[in-house]
Amino acid sequence: MFYREAGDFKTSYADDSQTFPIKFDRWRYYVVLAVAFGVIPLVVNDYWASSVLVPFLIYAIAAIGLNILTGYCGQVSLGTGGFMAVGAYACYKLMTAFPDINIVFHVLGAGLITAGVGVLFGLPSLRIKGFYLAVATLAAQFFLVWLFNKVPWFYNYSASGQINAAERTVLGVPVTGPNTEAWAQYMICLVFLFAVAWVARNLTRGTVGRSWMAIRDMDIAAEIIGVNPLKAKLTAFAVSSFFVGIAGALFFSVYLGAVEVGEAFGIQKSFLVLFMIIIGGLGSIFGSLAGAAFLVLLPVFLKNLLVGGLGWATDLAAHVELMIVGALIVVFLIVEPHGLAQLWRVGKEKLRLWPFPH
Amino acid sequence: MKKTLATLALSAVMAAGPALAELVVPSLSYRTGPYAANGIPFADGYQDYFRLLNERDGGIGGELVRITECETGYNTEKGVECYESTKSDSTLIYEPLSTGITYQLIPKVTADGIPLHTLGYGRTSAKNGEVFRWVFNYPANYWDGASVAIKHILDQEGGDISGKKIALVYHNSAYGKEPIRTLEELAKKHGYQLSLLPVDHPGQEQKSQWLQIRRERPDYVIMWGWGVMNQVAIQEAVNIRYPMDHFIGIWWSGSENDVKPAGAAADGYKALTFHNLGDDYPLYDDLRKYVVDAGKAAGAGDQLGTALYNRGMYAAMLAAEAIKTAQEMAGTSQITREQLRAGMENLEITNAKMEALGLPGFGPEFKVSCQNHGGDGYAAVAQWDAKAGEWKLITDYMQSDQEVIQPLVEEDSMAYAKEAGITPGCN
Repeated sequence: MFYREAGDFKTSYADDSQTFPIKFDRWRYYVVLAVAFGVIPLVVNDYWASSVLVPFLIYAIAAIGLNILTGYCGQVSLGTGGFMAVGAYACYKLMTAFPDINIVFHVLGAGLITAGVGVLFGLPSLRIKGFYLAVATLAAQFFLVWLFNKVPWFYNYSASGQINAAERTVLGVPVTGPNTEAWAQYMICLVFLFAVAWVARNLTRGTVGRSWMAIRDMDIAAEIIGVNPLKAKLTAFAVSSFFVGIAGALFFSVYLGAVEVGEAFGIQKSFLVLFMIIIGGLGSIFGSLAGAAFLVLLPVFLKNLLVGGLGWATDLAAHVELMIVGALIVVFLIVEPHGLAQLWRVGKEKLRLWPFPH
Repeated sequence: MKKTLATLALSAVMAAGPALAELVVPSLSYRTGPYAANGIPFADGYQDYFRLLNERDGGIGGELVRITECETGYNTEKGVECYESTKSDSTLIYEPLSTGITYQLIPKVTADGIPLHTLGYGRTSAKNGEVFRWVFNYPANYWDGASVAIKHILDQEGGDISGKKIALVYHNSAYGKEPIRTLEELAKKHGYQLSLLPVDHPGQEQKSQWLQIRRERPDYVIMWGWGVMNQVAIQEAVNIRYPMDHFIGIWWSGSENDVKPAGAAADGYKALTFHNLGDDYPLYDDLRKYVVDAGKAAGAGDQLGTALYNRGMYAAMLAAEAIKTAQEMAGTSQITREQLRAGMENLEITNAKMEALGLPGFGPEFKVSCQNHGGDGYAAVAQWDAKAGEWKLITDYMQSDQEVIQPLVEEDSMAYAKEAGITPGCN
């Protein structure tokens, strides 16, 4: 009944190749955007913004970035935390060096710097693959965290080694610093996520994306049909790191406001983002969003349920929460190895025929 | 029908009434993760003291204290989540027991106007109350700790430590990096050589650091550790047969959990403290009677008398005394956060007060003011007696080297004021 092509006539190639070819889907997408941009900013409060929505939006950006590299181009990376740290520290250095320039440009600049660093650490991918590449990116993770701890220039020689985000405004509204309103915090992250998702979607269905996927599916065959592996792999590293860098910059400046590299961008962050794309679905933009939502919302939801709702002791709840999240991940991967995105796809197929499946 | 509705509404209002008239004190604790061994006793002590006041005195000034606990896991992201979820209009004071979370919360509490007490941790320069209006770190801070440790070494060496080698083993985070500045300044003054040995979170891997200590043989080792890092460091020191009485930990590296895993070999290990240890105080009789025996203790109720339990209790005691001071000043028992800040700025801990509370001579006397949010910086050295299984104070409370620390506090707080756009003053 839902998701039917019937009666939805396409008269141009542009219509035919749009992201949401089914009318119902398209309208659903517009409704989601309208709610996200028009309704949530009006009702969001501090708790929802800083505990749920802002981390979700930022992790979604990071997950899209990693998904481009791992899901679309097939290069396994464990360096996400380190690249987020590059984004955060680049943003901090830009913010303190050029305080009069708009924070949006600092975040984009941080993304560009991270892209450069990502390309540098992507160079070994031309010679090594799979697990070996994962280990090489793991080295990037540890090296970058060590670097930001060791060299005081990166944290402007502050005694504590922490970096702090001072107040910066966009169109006169503060978006970083303690006086930021919940809706402003939410909106800046949402705008970045929307732009990143849009760019990623359009890159992955164009020439660049196809060359990534060709490399992912079989690199020798791709090379034979004329895909340049150097260009494909390095662009994947660059674009992926650009997005991850933006996520790191927002994570530091908008979300936390003060960051310590070892704790905020350690190896567990790399794993978290990797789990997001595995659970959400490799090679899918929607999967990145779903995976980020799953891993950000579920712990908060469980905590509120167990401690707030059932009145359990906080330590018991924290342990049970870990067990439930872990068990759910295993269950999901057994039931649907291709992630939440595949579940969504199957669900849509079912809904086309529903309620008359025969 | 109308009457029943009105009665219902009235009773609803009455039921909601007393709920509002409570003193809400969140407890951001960590009972899980690599820092749980230290987080649990502190949280238990903090909560038990308020429970005692509720059970024995009916709260503070007639107002019950409501504790809302939230698990942070010593993680800043969860700490932010906890802060936002426990923050309400009636929340009075935060005590996060994490320097990392403190750095997150300093700008937030300043914007929201909620007092933040960081008992012997957090940002040292918050001592300057003219810049950090809502942040308090009395009775002592990290720089006081560093200075007192050096003073103790001076005493041991007969007043001259020029040319001696001192190593700092520290948690590689904002917490562990805090004392470096002071130790460097003091090195200039006293002429010792300082070497820095960072240990990364969570601190289970310290072989290379202790190998370096074994090779360089520093005359003294000072440690800024927390959680599992403490136990590992003490065990490693035992392994390389480092003389334990030349190994001095900050007050966060001085709990029973830290020394007991190393057994008898940990005997003689020293740690700083800014309050007394053990459970030989009249208050403990009340704690046992009203809280533990009544089955109302926080956690498992098995931490009474440990160093960190005492510290948590001390933190709660200082908060309760500040609330009392605020209630007296405001003339009302239901105080606001502004009134509590005024109470904290006029807090005075005297021997008579501590005696009346059942904690005679529990800590040094001190007085807080708007200019000085950090107390006077007195600390003592405790030594672990493995045979007796207890900490013993081996020195009197000594004041830190204020002529070194005060300019550093001034410099760092002014840099923060400039960065954050704060005009210092007590308005």
